[in-house]
Amino acid sequence: MARAKQAAKAGDSSAETVESLGKDRLLGFYRDMLLIRRFEERAGQLYGMGLIGGFCHLYIGQEAIAVGVQSIQEKGDQVITAYRDHGHMLACGMDPKEVMAELTGRAGGSSKGKGGSMHMFSREAEFYGGHGIVGAPAPLGTGLALANRYRENGKVAFTYFGDGAANQGQVYESFNMAALWKLPVVYVIENNQYAMGTSLERSSSETHMYKRGASFRIPGEEVDGMDVLAVRDAAKRAAAHARNGDGPFILEMKTYRYRGHSMSDPAKYRTREEVDEVRKTRDPIEHLRERLEREGVADDAALKAIDAEVKRIVADAAEFARTSPEPDLSELYTEVYVEAPQ
Amino acid sequence: MTDILMPALSPTMEEGTLAKWHVKVGDTVASGDVIAEIETDKATMEVEAVDEGVIEELLVEAGAEGVKVNAPIARLSGGAAATKAESPQAPEAPEASGDPEKKGPAEAKAEQSEGEGPAAVRPAKAPTDPEIPAGAKLVKTTVRDALRDAMAEEMRRDETVFLMGEEVGQYQGAYKVSRGLLEEFGERRVIDTPITEHGFAGLGVGAAMAGLKPIVEFMTWNFAMQAIDHIINSAAKTHYMSGGQITTPVVFRGPNGAAARVAAQHSQDFAAWYAHVPGLKVVAPYDAADAKGLLKAAIRDPNPVVFLEHEMLYGQEFDVPEGEDYVLPIGVAKVRRTGADVTITAYSRMVGLALKAAEELAAEGIEAEVVDLRTIRPLDHDTVVESVRKTHRLVTVEEGWGPMGVGAEVIARVIEHAFDYLDAPPARVCQEDVPLPYAANLEAASLPSVEKIVKAAKAVCYRS
Repeated sequence: MARAKQAAKAGDSSAETVESLGKDRLLGFYRDMLLIRRFEERAGQLYGMGLIGGFCHLYIGQEAIAVGVQSIQEKGDQVITAYRDHGHMLACGMDPKEVMAELTGRAGGSSKGKGGSMHMFSREAEFYGGHGIVGAPAPLGTGLALANRYRENGKVAFTYFGDGAANQGQVYESFNMAALWKLPVVYVIENNQYAMGTSLERSSSETHMYKRGASFRIPGEEVDGMDVLAVRDAAKRAAAHARNGDGPFILEMKTYRYRGHSMSDPAKYRTREEVDEVRKTRDPIEHLRERLEREGVADDAALKAIDAEVKRIVADAAEFARTSPEPDLSELYTEVYVEAPQ
Repeated sequence: MTDILMPALSPTMEEGTLAKWHVKVGDTVASGDVIAEIETDKATMEVEAVDEGVIEELLVEAGAEGVKVNAPIARLSGGAAATKAESPQAPEAPEASGDPEKKGPAEAKAEQSEGEGPAAVRPAKAPTDPEIPAGAKLVKTTVRDALRDAMAEEMRRDETVFLMGEEVGQYQGAYKVSRGLLEEFGERRVIDTPITEHGFAGLGVGAAMAGLKPIVEFMTWNFAMQAIDHIINSAAKTHYMSGGQITTPVVFRGPNGAAARVAAQHSQDFAAWYAHVPGLKVVAPYDAADAKGLLKAAIRDPNPVVFLEHEMLYGQEFDVPEGEDYVLPIGVAKVRRTGADVTITAYSRMVGLALKAAEELAAEGIEAEVVDLRTIRPLDHDTVVESVRKTHRLVTVEEGWGPMGVGAEVIARVIEHAFDYLDAPPARVCQEDVPLPYAANLEAASLPSVEKIVKAAKAVCYRS
């Protein structure tokens, strides 16, 4: 049954303190979120220049979720998500150069240019995509959890999908099996309020996503997804539950995307004022920055140094993505099959 | 006087063993009383009396094997006018049909009309088989048990191999293919799933991404339509999309094609559907040796494999070489009968029909070469082309629909590689271009038959 709803106010609700976390970690969260923000802004720019093709779904506004959840993961825990995936890849430590070069479809990309924005993976970072089909990550992530259970390795599969995907049938098929078999999976529902152009209220009979596991006896919790420390706090509890053999847990991350669904979405279904209001009052990066300054964790100079570092990393990534060659034509027919010794 | 007849307990049952009588001569029975137990290759079932009366005579002894469906098994005197014991309705005894989707009165006659029995006999013109190891002992094995043996052997060999699907464990398999596996390997490796194809296909692919080797059983391939997104978008494409980083070594398997009298939604051949997709391998064996050798290969293969079985073949016996090393290469066709006049390609159950047709053709002086494709993707067109270069004529046989089908592809490859060798336009024998009808006569008219193959072969030989 759904656990008592956690406070979702945008305040400093985390149980962790500045002291307990320490300066370096807090600055690390700031840096990681800022890296995603600047990376995505640059990706948007490259898209406008025609260097990135097809669909490109930006994570701007949602940075606290990937960074907060990643911060409590253990080595070997897996991550899988859908097509708004750049942030997760950066959060789990993939090289920004490789991610950006995949966006531009170059040989230096993480999938050698054969996957693109929506289809990136990293065995090393335990990142299992990057999936273009809405809802598909739910059973795939549950399958990763099944493998963890099979091996009794104590790992947890963090399975992300959006409020739109939460209306797909396969999500509930997965919930049922995960709960039935007590699989170590944390479902992270990134509720950014809009399934492409359809608002939550227009698409969902139950708009509280954390309750969606109720009929499968999966506990859920609503979390301020704009507060990296609140995300971290909730993710810790959820992961402990899953790792402890108590089965799946649902985290509904209340968040907001500043940009359109994809680069080609003018976002006419919401007002400019609505977007500005969120940016002004709930921005995850500004929120943390203010707190760091207020509580004396970092001064302006330290934060500026991080800004400069991030700027350089993103500039290098963009440069690499521009100059890396297109994949050789000989790559067309490689990796369709695994060449196997029978 | 009323005869109690041997009931059919599944759509494909033709005979069974009368395991035990629960009544003796002189007993009075009422409707609903259990009078006997019958064993089929799938299950043991209780038979209930339909009519009231006194047992006058037991016509079949307990333990009698091979009792044909509809043969009288006992005689009843007195009571009402109804005529025979019928199999219980599926809800009381779900083992009846094997397939819970096929509930309803068990249908009597299986339409194994073209006599695959004879075809299972090694044809006179069979080439010697280099795949059978010299000196290997051959064991008569049903296709069903060959598939089970393949899974069991591979599960013993590789701890990462496991089986999941509906009714694979406690129920022992809807078609009894997984019989005994739960007992040997336990619940960790033989996983009963809810009825949730889309979900468990996705779980299987996810587990494969994490390095396990799942065998995902679909009760029939018809139900895999719910799961086709994960088979194609998640399993087939991920290795390519990840630049070679992630593999999905999963086997999707189950019965494919038309069973008997289960009508349109339960009867179709998906070979062409899946063979269209790069990244998948598609295997469709005919006999038990191929079923075993190719399933073992599929489980060992690091790629996703669609393994198409056939319900009508499950109970058929063939010689299988003994031993756990019998693994056949995927992507290699097999010439099952040599002949100089016309090439007939087929796969799965259609191979039996093609071999029977070849015997009939031989009686009329036409020697057909029968090529069992065995693997649909990658398609071994070299073997087909080599045969056509010799015979100059081609007939393709498939159980699926013709348009955009396997036969269409075989013909295209032959035209690409042996155009100048053809002495007649190739012909396709396939399911008629309609959803499969239920009525026995329409069903038979819709499916490929020995007669249709013979006719097509004669046509391409310009013989009437």
